[in-house]
Amino acid sequence: MSRKRVYIYLGIIIILAVVSAGFVFSQEIEKIGLNLPDFFNIPFKLGLDLQGGTHLVYEADLSEIEDHSSAMAGLRDIIERRVNLFGVSEPIVQTQEAAGQHRLVVELAGIKDPNEAIKMIGQTPFLEFKEQKSEQETQLILDKQKELEGKSMEEIEQIENWMLALEDPYFTSTALTGKYLDKAEMGFEQNTQAPLILLKFDDEGSDIFEDLTSRNIGKPIAIYIDNVLISAPVVQDVISGGDAQISGQFTVSEAKELVMNLNAGALPVPIVLISQQSVGPTLGKISLEKSLYAGILGFLVIIIFLILFYRLPGVLASLSLIIYILFILTIFKLISVTLTLAGIGGFILSIGMAVDANVLIFSRMREELKEEKSFNVSLIEGFRRSWPSIRDGNITTLIVALILFWFGTSFIEGFAFTLSIGILLSIFSALFITKTFLWFFAGTKFENIKWLWV
Amino acid sequence: MINFTKHRRIYFIFSGILILASIVCLVVFGLNPGIDFTGGSILEIEYKGERPSNQEITEQLSEFDLGTVYIQPTGEKGVILRMKHIDESVHQEIIQSFGQVEVEGLEVQGVELVGISSVEERRFESIGPVIGQELKEKTKIVVALVLLSIVIYIALAFRKIQKPLKSWHYGIISVLALFHDILIPLGIFAVLGRIYNVEITIPVITALLAVLGYSVNNTVVVFDRIRENLLKRGGLFEDVVDMSLNQTLTRQINTSLTTLFVVAAIFFFGGETLKYFALALILGIAAGTYSSIFLAGSLLVLWFRWRERRAG
Repeated sequence: MSRKRVYIYLGIIIILAVVSAGFVFSQEIEKIGLNLPDFFNIPFKLGLDLQGGTHLVYEADLSEIEDHSSAMAGLRDIIERRVNLFGVSEPIVQTQEAAGQHRLVVELAGIKDPNEAIKMIGQTPFLEFKEQKSEQETQLILDKQKELEGKSMEEIEQIENWMLALEDPYFTSTALTGKYLDKAEMGFEQNTQAPLILLKFDDEGSDIFEDLTSRNIGKPIAIYIDNVLISAPVVQDVISGGDAQISGQFTVSEAKELVMNLNAGALPVPIVLISQQSVGPTLGKISLEKSLYAGILGFLVIIIFLILFYRLPGVLASLSLIIYILFILTIFKLISVTLTLAGIGGFILSIGMAVDANVLIFSRMREELKEEKSFNVSLIEGFRRSWPSIRDGNITTLIVALILFWFGTSFIEGFAFTLSIGILLSIFSALFITKTFLWFFAGTKFENIKWLWV
Repeated sequence: MINFTKHRRIYFIFSGILILASIVCLVVFGLNPGIDFTGGSILEIEYKGERPSNQEITEQLSEFDLGTVYIQPTGEKGVILRMKHIDESVHQEIIQSFGQVEVEGLEVQGVELVGISSVEERRFESIGPVIGQELKEKTKIVVALVLLSIVIYIALAFRKIQKPLKSWHYGIISVLALFHDILIPLGIFAVLGRIYNVEITIPVITALLAVLGYSVNNTVVVFDRIRENLLKRGGLFEDVVDMSLNQTLTRQINTSLTTLFVVAAIFFFGGETLKYFALALILGIAAGTYSSIFLAGSLLVLWFRWRERRAG
């Protein structure tokens, strides 16, 4: 390598390393008051096992259904809508076909109470009528919400009556729910032709409704479906006989579906929960901390070992290992790899393996230097001769990782993916970064100081 | 220079005993498959107060139909319960029954304090038997695929060597070494399964498959060197093998050490989920390093001698 080329490569490596460090430590850099451009600010995406959350697998019974794919699509849409209510970021709802069985996979990251979610996913659409709270109550809740604004969960739990802020400030539940529904029908508004939902209550429901309307003349009654406010008409007069109508902003097909769901009182096909994996946020946090601690510790031991054993090349290998880690973490952020415990395991393992290519090269170089060959010749020979071993050795691990990836279980996928990226990048780091570092010393007075190298 | 292949009888006997013992353990004890493969439930809870004894927990759970429940303390106040596949309602009842212990004591003026519980649920997994069965089938296919692709790869990588042994000889010996590297950890897991109820879970299988790739890597490095030395220098086959082993020895040990450092860190500090994953890696890497230094070359020499003798 010519001197000029060494400097160019070194420049490229340093720029890439600095940019990567910007990505990896974006939050820490912001904290000390430096402002980075926005595109640096990508968070790591943590899997369910690290941030807490639940992974549910439902089996759908399609024995009564002819058009399987549309039934599953309908099921997915409904569940998706319900799941969106939990307020978790990026919920996943997927249909899956395995061994002739149709399944629905639901992943809710960061959810506090999986049981509540399971209940809501499996339930029938929940129709509820609510009446207005007194102004005093409303004010109380709004005040409390203001008080809690911008506080962390720990701080909030210190505040008296903090649970109050979780309540709906405007409406309070009544006894009238979908339980008393006799049937639902679709109709159209006479003037605007907008679709409506017509409800007919049973006898008991009619009585409650009559009572409710008589209490609230001139005030709104809110109609909720699946905890979403659909409409809040103002009561004009007492309604007896048990007829009510909901005029929300429906499209015709939405109204049709709602009517169908309210009547059937169920999902389009029955589903059974066949597998559940839930991790509490505490355990997730502990797992993350422990695995990071293990990774850092292992990494430090490797660095000490490399430097003691290989001296100057060891220092260079450590440097290239640090850059390797920065690159990998940047890739994780940029292509937003979901980091699971298994993924971190694969990543840590790949750190151990990444050293291999360096070790192969240094061992070879040492042999050549011991045979009294010049520094440049030893360097060239060291890389040339270790290449077949690096190639053959890594390919087998890569093949295994690729087969594992096909396996399709999330634990294994996470492991195989990070391991594969790790292996590919480790070859690059040895052949490009370490090589450039070594060439940097060629032709300098360092190359003659034997104890640094052998 | 260390004369590795000279003492090959000792290595063969040593490894033979280990393999035999592993097979016996596997046959007698069998492996202890985790709920990933059999279906079942794991519930991990943390007590807010003092952790009750296993006896007390068993008694508390006796009202439910749970089959055999394995209770394993974890950390200071945690407990991991393993039982058969239960559905969500049973799960909730169990959680509530744990909560009540303290709630009863705290009952104020007959008002039950709902929502206060003496345990925190950390993890709950419940896997249906169907899913477990599917995973079992898949695992078999993956293991077969991995082995097959490794044999094909080695046969291809060494296709240029024809003398004195053919490339497929190297392939077969690599696979023999692989069996050694996998059987021994499996045997140890069979023993651990019997004594400490350690289970073969997806992470353990993953680790063992990764070991396959890794230990082939070690064997390939030695064979690569033999290939190079054969083409370059020639000479007595035993001497070439011995020289190659000596030249690669530092690399073998150093690479295994660096990997072992990180894996050991995971084992000791990485938490419960990755613990046996790390152990499988440690055992596999140790066995793989041993076999690549002591077995692979010696087996080549043995085969070579045998062919010589047969040829007269």
